[in-house]
Amino acid sequence: MAFVSSGYNPDKPMENRITDIGPKKYDEFYPPVIAKNKGTWLYHEYIQPGVYYHVAESGDKVFTVRVGGARLMSTTHIREICEIGEKHCDGYVRFTTRNNIEFMVDSEDKVKPLIQDLESRKFAGGSHKFPVGGTGAGITNIVHTQGWIHCHTPATDASGPVKATMDVLFDDFKNHRLPAHLRVSLACCLNMCGAVHCSDIAILGYHRKPPLLDHEYLDKMCEIPLAIAACPTAAIKPAKIEIAGQKVNSVAVNEARCMFCGNCYTMCPSMPLADTEGDGIVIMAGGKVSNRISAPKFSKVVVAFIPNEAPRWPQTTATIKKIVEAYAKGANKYERLGEWAERIGWERFFEKCELEFTHHLIDDFRDPAYFTWRHTSQFKF
Amino acid sequence: MAKHKTPLLDQLESGPWPSFVSDLKQQAEVRAKNEANVEFQIPQDAVEDLLGVMELSYKHGRTHWKHGGIVGVFGYGGGVIGRYCDQPKLFPGVAHFHTLRVNQPSGKFYSTEYLRKLCDLWDFRGSGVTNMHGSTGDIIFLGTTTPQLEEVFWEMTHNLNQDLGGSGSNLRTPSDCVGAARCEYACYDTHALCYHLTQEYQDELHRPAFPYKFKFKFDGCPNCCVASIARADMSYIGTWRDDIPIDQEAVQAYIGGEIPPNGGAHSGRDWGPFDIQKEVIDLCPTNCMWMEGNKLVIDNKECTRCMHCINVMPRALRIGNDRGLSILVGAKAPILDGAQMGSMLVPFIKAEEPYDEIKEVIEGIWDWWMEEGKNRERLGELMKRQGFQRLLEATGLEPDPRMVKEPRSNPYIFWKEDEVEGGWTRDINEFRKHHLR
Repeated sequence: MAFVSSGYNPDKPMENRITDIGPKKYDEFYPPVIAKNKGTWLYHEYIQPGVYYHVAESGDKVFTVRVGGARLMSTTHIREICEIGEKHCDGYVRFTTRNNIEFMVDSEDKVKPLIQDLESRKFAGGSHKFPVGGTGAGITNIVHTQGWIHCHTPATDASGPVKATMDVLFDDFKNHRLPAHLRVSLACCLNMCGAVHCSDIAILGYHRKPPLLDHEYLDKMCEIPLAIAACPTAAIKPAKIEIAGQKVNSVAVNEARCMFCGNCYTMCPSMPLADTEGDGIVIMAGGKVSNRISAPKFSKVVVAFIPNEAPRWPQTTATIKKIVEAYAKGANKYERLGEWAERIGWERFFEKCELEFTHHLIDDFRDPAYFTWRHTSQFKF
Repeated sequence: MAKHKTPLLDQLESGPWPSFVSDLKQQAEVRAKNEANVEFQIPQDAVEDLLGVMELSYKHGRTHWKHGGIVGVFGYGGGVIGRYCDQPKLFPGVAHFHTLRVNQPSGKFYSTEYLRKLCDLWDFRGSGVTNMHGSTGDIIFLGTTTPQLEEVFWEMTHNLNQDLGGSGSNLRTPSDCVGAARCEYACYDTHALCYHLTQEYQDELHRPAFPYKFKFKFDGCPNCCVASIARADMSYIGTWRDDIPIDQEAVQAYIGGEIPPNGGAHSGRDWGPFDIQKEVIDLCPTNCMWMEGNKLVIDNKECTRCMHCINVMPRALRIGNDRGLSILVGAKAPILDGAQMGSMLVPFIKAEEPYDEIKEVIEGIWDWWMEEGKNRERLGELMKRQGFQRLLEATGLEPDPRMVKEPRSNPYIFWKEDEVEGGWTRDINEFRKHHLR
């Protein structure tokens, strides 16, 4: 494994340096039918779940086949995507915001061979490489974060719970039977790199134990004032601790005030929160980002805690499945999960979804909490 | 033969959904065989060790990655996330396993030729493991060593004309929806605006000078496919201010069942024949549409452009022609003080190159936030702390009822002295002439 230089000279880092050039320009990558018809599309229609076409003013059509993908993806897999793109799509592909891959062709006769090719490819372990679906009134791919594969603050894994959940929801990835589309998202801690807080169903990793304090190293590893300032509830204060007869500077945590956000750990590696029993999953529901019919909404906490049950998180997936089925049965056509819950009332939502309502679900965090209490005599028995 | 046994991860190979475990295993095998004769610049068995450390996390229920540490490329403060394994002796192949954020093209369209070049580079100088894409939008290269960072950057900038994305307290990599490239709902060219502003603000993107992260996201219409309203400090949502064009013949075709509603998005269940009254007119949030005989009528002045009727009948109804965008500001995820949705700041602005009006709003906001924002305070939090009025002052925008859901329900107005006739300087003795002590 000999080092091969790119041409970079570490002694003269500024020599021939190129910076601030930004991303590649988008129009380098448009397939011809897209480049030609951009801005003149008239309408689209689904041929089957995962397959749709757009019609342009010119009469041109572009047919898109959407497939699911694990966003954690190897170059081997990407090369296979390229091979398919070259075989069927003149060497172009695109990815969606929700980690799907879209293969586009410019005529209908190219659609069937493409679908057959995609559906025929499987991993050695038996799973689909390129399942077609994820459109319309169904469930599309889960957007998610890194989890245990590459992050230092997660309270759960990301890729694993996503795989387990999509296996359970797979039929709805390939179907249009739901009242409206249903978006599932996962964030492995409440930093929410995945911004799951406006999803129909959100899977959120959460810690439940206050930080451990590595007193011996804390002052050497961290800027104590930054760790103190990082705490949103002012639960951390400076403290002198005696270790082996030596007084060292460290911190003390008022554990009753800890909201387990991990912000201190972000600032100070000597305050880890991760714990096998303490960590697990919160389920939130009823959020949306679209402005369609009703305004965008935040997701609400509907299950306060489910333990991490690696490798397949059975309680988490069963809970999600239960919510999806209750929604599928109860909601009106076009009604999003949150709109349905608001129409029938949250008291009815818990009944229909067979979820227990515990004290954890009543907001007690600052001002917004008050606005979630019931200020009317109206409720349902 | 796998380097580490992974009995827990192996259970994630079954089931229909694409298995990341199977993918990582095939990658480990491809690297072990190395049929392409790559001169790997990081350990050949890195992916074996990645599977190994992941398995250990599955056993412990805890991550085995440590804090970042300061790594990066010269002159940039973002784009690289340092990552070290906390069991380097057990898994030396991933002891140093840094992330690079690579600025994705607008709309995430690619030529396979280009994707292959990215793969070649990442196989050679990294693990070959990626995210396509990260939550913010970047192409994520997962796993390389410190000496390779400059080498990857050099090759990207010199050979691929490609730059890194943002991380840390800077402008994060902007991202957008598919937009006008392949969507009839796009009210402006999201790709053009996203690209333009990304290029305009390269300095802000690469060199952290902000109190905290700052995100731009571009949604072509109020359907908000990139979720800008939930997660962008500045969210650009396409809209229009004239009438929805109606094709009455197509309306009749929907009513007659010749065209499936919502583009056939509900094909998986028998919902009965299409009922325009129930499915469109009664669901209109402002009750601004009705039938007059066989004619659909829209009172456009009362329309709030929620997109429902257009989504249901895309062949009969279209977005208007006087198009532009709304700017909403201050959205963020819950940490620390609770989640915030974007708040309407500019109800309508044209999106035309060179976008000077839009840049004026951006720069006014940045000046204020950089002056007043505390360390790790997002724009939305500053808005809450100092008030919407300060945002108006910073941007020079006039107040408009479209900015609020409702007027305030308390009268605690912070009047300024120059708003009150005669100012605040008064003479107590003069007052006492008429009001005895």
